[in-house]
Amino acid sequence: MKFDQLSDVLPLGQGFWSRVRNTLALLTVACLVAVMPSRSDAQLKVDISGVSAQQYPIAIADFSGEPAGVLVAEVIRADLTRSGQFRLINATGAGLTVDTPIAFDEWRSKGADYIAYGTVSRLADGRYDVKYRLSDTVKRGQLDGIAFSGTEKELRRIAHQIADRIYEKITGVKGVFATRIAYVLKQGSTYELQIADADGQNPQVALRSREPVISPSWSPDGSRLAYVSFESGKPVVYVHQLATSKRVPVANYKGNNSAPAWSPDGNTLAVVLTRDGLSQIYVVNATDGSGLRRITRSPLIDTEPVFSPDGKSIYFTSDRSGSPQIYQVGLDGGEPKRVSYNGGYNISPRISPDSKTLLTVTRRDGSYRIASLNLATGAETLLTEGRDDQSPSFAPNGMQVLYAAIQGGRSVLAGVSSDGRVRQTLSVLNGEIREPTWGPFYH
Amino acid sequence: MSRIAKSLTIVALAASLAACSSVNLDDKNANGANGSADGSGVMDPFNPNSPLAQRKSVYFAFNEYNVTDQYRGVVELHGKYLLATPAQRVTIEGNTDARGGAEYNLALGQRRADAVRRMLTLLGVPDTQVETISFGKEKPKALGDTDADYAENRRADFAYKR
Repeated sequence: MKFDQLSDVLPLGQGFWSRVRNTLALLTVACLVAVMPSRSDAQLKVDISGVSAQQYPIAIADFSGEPAGVLVAEVIRADLTRSGQFRLINATGAGLTVDTPIAFDEWRSKGADYIAYGTVSRLADGRYDVKYRLSDTVKRGQLDGIAFSGTEKELRRIAHQIADRIYEKITGVKGVFATRIAYVLKQGSTYELQIADADGQNPQVALRSREPVISPSWSPDGSRLAYVSFESGKPVVYVHQLATSKRVPVANYKGNNSAPAWSPDGNTLAVVLTRDGLSQIYVVNATDGSGLRRITRSPLIDTEPVFSPDGKSIYFTSDRSGSPQIYQVGLDGGEPKRVSYNGGYNISPRISPDSKTLLTVTRRDGSYRIASLNLATGAETLLTEGRDDQSPSFAPNGMQVLYAAIQGGRSVLAGVSSDGRVRQTLSVLNGEIREPTWGPFYH
Repeated sequence: MSRIAKSLTIVALAASLAACSSVNLDDKNANGANGSADGSGVMDPFNPNSPLAQRKSVYFAFNEYNVTDQYRGVVELHGKYLLATPAQRVTIEGNTDARGGAEYNLALGQRRADAVRRMLTLLGVPDTQVETISFGKEKPKALGDTDADYAENRRADFAYKR
């Protein structure tokens, strides 16, 4: 996949990386063909409810040229719609090419403050060229313009990247449509650790096992997943290199090994071990599990560590007060500070990228909900209203939360905007989706 | 405006790399059946008729991990056997019901297993003979979501390995 800038100035220095990536691209494409089975069985159903406080009205015209232009526009529309922050203005039959002058007044009168359009053409080698532009009908000018090229299989990803650019140009916040998610799919007695695009499409299997797999966690650069596998008969923490499928057990001590969490620099993993008694938090070197160091010392349960974005402290779940609550402790030790006070059961802490908001799973009236806690004010918002909502994780831009919900007796993927206003579920036709986690920004 | 970068290439690097190969653990699942079948008074955990095989579970209340008087006898039965058979090791496997988070339940299951181990320690069984692990909510014995199913899954089992 490659792109040419149509108008904007790009930062210097990308030329080198483009060559590196180009080389890697050839390698990976070859590899894909050799090993990857297609997974057409995993059909997804998407349901969306609610709207954001502010919605940007935008028209996305079908891209002209090749029939694939319709697909590209559909993926962009679906992405922007799922965010809840955009209202789509009908652009049926607009017939715009990338070079068509935009009739700003006409689109404004239809209610569109923005219009995205483009052209898809086929190159001599069978690859596609996707040229796109974004115009502001109020300011009467072009906001963005770029060209990508890629294979047919890469068209969806190109569309996600265009959606990311539209999202960022209009909202000022980086888009997450081209990111990936990981989750465990349980079908019968088989567990698959899968990686999919943020819209749930294009799922690929990283690990297949007859024994449970829980707690997948992305390395900050998206190249590795740490997770807990029961394949040896008990929980052991592995780090899995996605490019090579090379797996290293980084914590395999007596008792349980679980709850891996990456430090922001990707060098250290926090893990939970029971080697010294009950569940306690330790850190190890993420590459080989060396350098074991104990962080918490309590006679009770300490689990589910997550690093603060500055890497200096860890949020975790502990029942030291008699019920599970969230605490924070510095990596250099010191006395842990209690963070959650609402209700008698708060687990699974997740900190927002800006460090301002903490997600928890909270038990209320017998149901488990995702709660959002403003760390400065202590104000709490219940983001979900399911019976058993679990495994929350922030999108890397902090605007959305991915979690697992029960729907029709089965566990499905669910998403909610960080303000709780827009909800969606993505369900697969067969199987249960567990332990979802949102990956980092697309690199 | 002049183009600075003429042709940049971006690749779904990790994304496509992720697809390269997947690890399949399916084949590892060979399981040998065990055991003889004989009298019911025999203290042999591998004999399905033995009390050690028949009474191998300690049950717990919701979000609790203390061994109640009702199950003290089960722990004493196994403690007696382990004291008499120092070469035999045992794993105590803790479990929870399906409600709540996977990791917290893993810790809770561990706490249940550990409560049983502590009682064995009080009976004089050396710690070296006992390992405690937890399956959390991941390996439920009862698959439904009734209160009875939940109760069945709040459990610690004595698991012997030859």
